Amino acid sequence: MTELNNVRRADLVVIGGGPAGMAAAVAAYEKGLRDILILERDDNLGGILRQCIHNGFGLHRFGEELTGPEYAYRYEKQVKEYGIPYMLNTMVIDVDENKVVTAMNRECGIFTVEAKAVILAMGCRERPKGALNIAGTRPAGIYTAGTAQKFVNMKGLMPGREVVILGSGDIGLIMARRMTLEGAKVKAVCELMPYSGGLARNIEQCLNDFGIPLMLSHTVVEIHGKDRLTAVTIAKVDESRRPIPETFETIPCDTLLLSCGLIPENELTKASGIRLDRVTGGAVVDGERETEIPGIFACGNVLHVHDLVDYVSEEAVIAGEAAVKYIRGEKSHGMALNLVTDGKIRYTVPQKITSAEKTKVYFRVANVYRDVKIVVKEGERVILERKKQKVAPGEMETVLLSADMLAACDKNATISFSLEEVKK
Amino acid sequence: MANERRLTCIVCPKGCDLVVEFDDTGAIKNISGYTCPRGKDYAIAECTAPVRTVTSTVRCEDGEVVAVKTAKPIPKEKIFEVMAAINKVVAPNTLKIGDVVIEKVAGTDADVVATANR
Repeated sequence: MTELNNVRRADLVVIGGGPAGMAAAVAAYEKGLRDILILERDDNLGGILRQCIHNGFGLHRFGEELTGPEYAYRYEKQVKEYGIPYMLNTMVIDVDENKVVTAMNRECGIFTVEAKAVILAMGCRERPKGALNIAGTRPAGIYTAGTAQKFVNMKGLMPGREVVILGSGDIGLIMARRMTLEGAKVKAVCELMPYSGGLARNIEQCLNDFGIPLMLSHTVVEIHGKDRLTAVTIAKVDESRRPIPETFETIPCDTLLLSCGLIPENELTKASGIRLDRVTGGAVVDGERETEIPGIFACGNVLHVHDLVDYVSEEAVIAGEAAVKYIRGEKSHGMALNLVTDGKIRYTVPQKITSAEKTKVYFRVANVYRDVKIVVKEGERVILERKKQKVAPGEMETVLLSADMLAACDKNATISFSLEEVKK
Repeated sequence: MANERRLTCIVCPKGCDLVVEFDDTGAIKNISGYTCPRGKDYAIAECTAPVRTVTSTVRCEDGEVVAVKTAKPIPKEKIFEVMAAINKVVAPNTLKIGDVVIEKVAGTDADVVATANR
């Protein structure tokens, strides 16, 4: 990295020092790249894993069960051992189409880094209260589950004693257990949908273990309390998700936690003019996680929300290695396959495939379906079929397209992904 | 009616649906639904002596908190005893990943170890 006033240069700038950013940087280093710079806005590497103190991470990646901080530390250690440069407390404020990154911190003020390639790894954030339109007052005591997680696990502070949780995302389930362990009474987890958005194992070990009721097809319709939350009114919802008045029930509580979905944090991506996928909320990318601006890549939860950090790391390796190829002028664009879905499958990542190399396609389904098969087709020609007993929106699915399968496709083909019923 | 118990496996994120069948003496007759050996082991443990790994935080001398876990799963009914022991301890400010904070917590054979660095 050379310094010239406040203009620096680096072969590769990685925005975000969480699991995606660290794994991408490590992968690029292992491919021989040395001039790398990670920019992280928090005061340490590790991202959101630092506050995810529960276990269950790393079974795929490391073959053992780790907690979040332990998983993050594996990568942090590698970044440090390799001597990959990183800047903490550094906020990136702009990325342009020429891969000039503008950032700021206390020591350097505002500075720019001219990069040959950029990896976007900014992660995601929680859907806030403002996006949920709940009627009633606006007292203290309402937090997103992740904010409560930071209070309890990083600061040692309890946000409250009597808790209702709206939304059954994994962080909400994890916090239901965490608050219970620390002595709080979690009265209910309300989920608007008729199924949970969280992993089955978390419903088992975070709710059932402690007798916490999961109320499906329920939502919070009113917030009570002036200075501090005193109660919430919950209701069952009908098939069109409208509250049923006869089912209104008021539950006294001092805390409402929200676990209503995660949104990729793509303000920088948008500002750079990169096209986003309306379903994922992340960039449209090819098999190597390159966005539609050459040399700008994306990986991890900024691209699409993952269930498992193990898959984030896996994706980050793809992006990190591809960035090195791009810098060396070795990234090929031999084809332009367009991946489309049928609605039962909501999206795929990648959305495009530009080279006939083995590609793992990640996707999510729109509803819970049983006894189905995933069908991948070029026109009417079936490329691949995979039977599934059960698929659910909360669990990301994958199919692997081999190099041979891709090479057999027309260079500009549209590849469709659909779910079909299997007759028993 | 066959005497059976349905479980959701918590060993990995797949969350397999397990069915454990018992004979008239209450002994396990058959286990189905698992997709790996660890799932079968989980089903047996869950129906005989259920265990859980506990993760929490301990307070250090300077008031900061550090993440900890039981180095191995502990009996499920001891969860709150383990939590009480964890919440009583004051750890040194120099805690590093893997450091033992409590030996053989709450009469179990599991140590509580740090999972983050100060």
